[in-house]
Amino acid sequence: MFVIKSPVTETKQLQENIFLQKIHCPEIASVIKAGQFLNVRVLESTYPLLRRPFSICDVEDDYIYLLFNVMGEGTIILSHKPEGALIDLLGPLGKGFNTEDDYELAVIAAGGLGAAPFPFLTKELKDKKEIKTFVGGRSKSDVITYGMINVSVATDDGSAGYKGTVVDLMRENLQELKSKKIKVFACGPTPMLRAVKEFCVENDFNCEVSTECAMACGFGICQGCPIESANEKDKYLLVCKDGPVFNIKDVML
Amino acid sequence: MSKVDLSVNIGPLKLRNPVMLASGTVGYGTEISEFTDLNTIGAIVTKSLSLKPRKGNPPQRIVETPSGMLNAIGLANVGVEAFIKEKIPFLKNYDVPLICNIAASTIEEYVECTKILTGEETIKAFEINVSCPNVKEGGLQFGNDVKAVGKVTEMVRAVTDKPLIIKLSPNVSYIWEFADAVKKEGGDAVSAINTVVGSAFDIYTKKPKLFNVNGGLSGPAIKPVAIAKVLEISRKVDIPVIGIGGIMNWKDVIEFMIAGASAVQIGTLNFIDPTAAGKMVGELEQYCEQMNIKRISELTASYDIEE
Repeated sequence: MFVIKSPVTETKQLQENIFLQKIHCPEIASVIKAGQFLNVRVLESTYPLLRRPFSICDVEDDYIYLLFNVMGEGTIILSHKPEGALIDLLGPLGKGFNTEDDYELAVIAAGGLGAAPFPFLTKELKDKKEIKTFVGGRSKSDVITYGMINVSVATDDGSAGYKGTVVDLMRENLQELKSKKIKVFACGPTPMLRAVKEFCVENDFNCEVSTECAMACGFGICQGCPIESANEKDKYLLVCKDGPVFNIKDVML
Repeated sequence: MSKVDLSVNIGPLKLRNPVMLASGTVGYGTEISEFTDLNTIGAIVTKSLSLKPRKGNPPQRIVETPSGMLNAIGLANVGVEAFIKEKIPFLKNYDVPLICNIAASTIEEYVECTKILTGEETIKAFEINVSCPNVKEGGLQFGNDVKAVGKVTEMVRAVTDKPLIIKLSPNVSYIWEFADAVKKEGGDAVSAINTVVGSAFDIYTKKPKLFNVNGGLSGPAIKPVAIAKVLEISRKVDIPVIGIGGIMNWKDVIEFMIAGASAVQIGTLNFIDPTAAGKMVGELEQYCEQMNIKRISELTASYDIEE
């Protein structure tokens, strides 16, 4: 784990409200795994006070990428960082995806900003496994396909791709998914993850989900990010330390 | 060898420096040890321990507010038994005074926890949490009642010879009365302040942001409140005070000491920069050298207030 100040080298507006930030940080780039996250202090001031957790979106040589939408003071400040500005990173944090299981086809399911961890996962998987990606959003402007391959799109309002949810679209493709040994990797809003869980349980698909929760520290000391265990009664796991990636069978969503 | 003596005494408890890590912000030391050499810290205070493990509150437990944060963790902890078996062995690897924070719902539970833990050699002192705002029963109800705080102090005092610190709530009119009760019943020190009760709402859903509705406010937002409470105790009661509340850097430590603190605890800052507390020790030393202060303890209650 590092606490390190690293320079922003590029901030790109991918689409309305969605930004991709490139940071030069060889220390983290060389060790971080897909699904892990960083806790970022956007300013050395007392407002905003806490770090903000971001999935690692991609890694390229000595550079790491963060993907975020502008939704509060922290992300506004981050989106305005000029080239060369230092940001304070804490990480790598949490447990990433387990890509080593026995499967032929990796099925990626992303809802909205839930796309964030998947460019890096795609990179890790593409030489080893076949990949099929389902990406959803409320409408066209929420759909992020950056860094992903073999993508099918679903939107709630039908403004791009299939009209319906990402899980509806996966159901449409059920025969194809059932024809191979698959593993599902999902990230998105909680209602979507619940639907993914139902779908995977019904079809006996192995599935890992990347979860999120408001947190302060990101490494297990504040106890701020509980998620209910599905295996042990009356027990919380911590999103930051036990997750953020969990096997879908291990948590209550 | 340093020219400055950084050691401080909190009643019978001697610390190599005044920088302690606050309860609930360092777990049981394991995670923070990856960032800070615990052997450089004055003392470490455990997450509140209760007799039985506590699951804590459902999410959302944390919300950020201007220059502060609200938490409603609900005293999630492993319980005293697992603490002794699973957590103490790790802490034995370090030469850092371990202070056990105890939370309970009844006076009997405070006594029982202390009795079980006092035999553990690694534990150098107790800090009794009579002021957690986030559990329905106990905690705050003790913290708001001078007689109850006096009673808890008296009963716990009877079962341990180790230094006894009572952590006071700021959510009262006159905190000095509580410090006075602690002193009269044989407590060795008080720590002030615990979090300030606060709440926050989502204006679109009209729902509280925390599942628990109310939480405890911490961080720099509460520092002036904490300074005033430390000063109040310091001027009214002859008892060592451990200052807590929004310390973000070494300057804040000095300020707390000037206002009357013998030592301080770093809390919320550990979440933001887990390396900060360790770095402060050297910075305090530099300040003392610059100000020609031989012993840092000289700073305690050195305020210059015109009467």
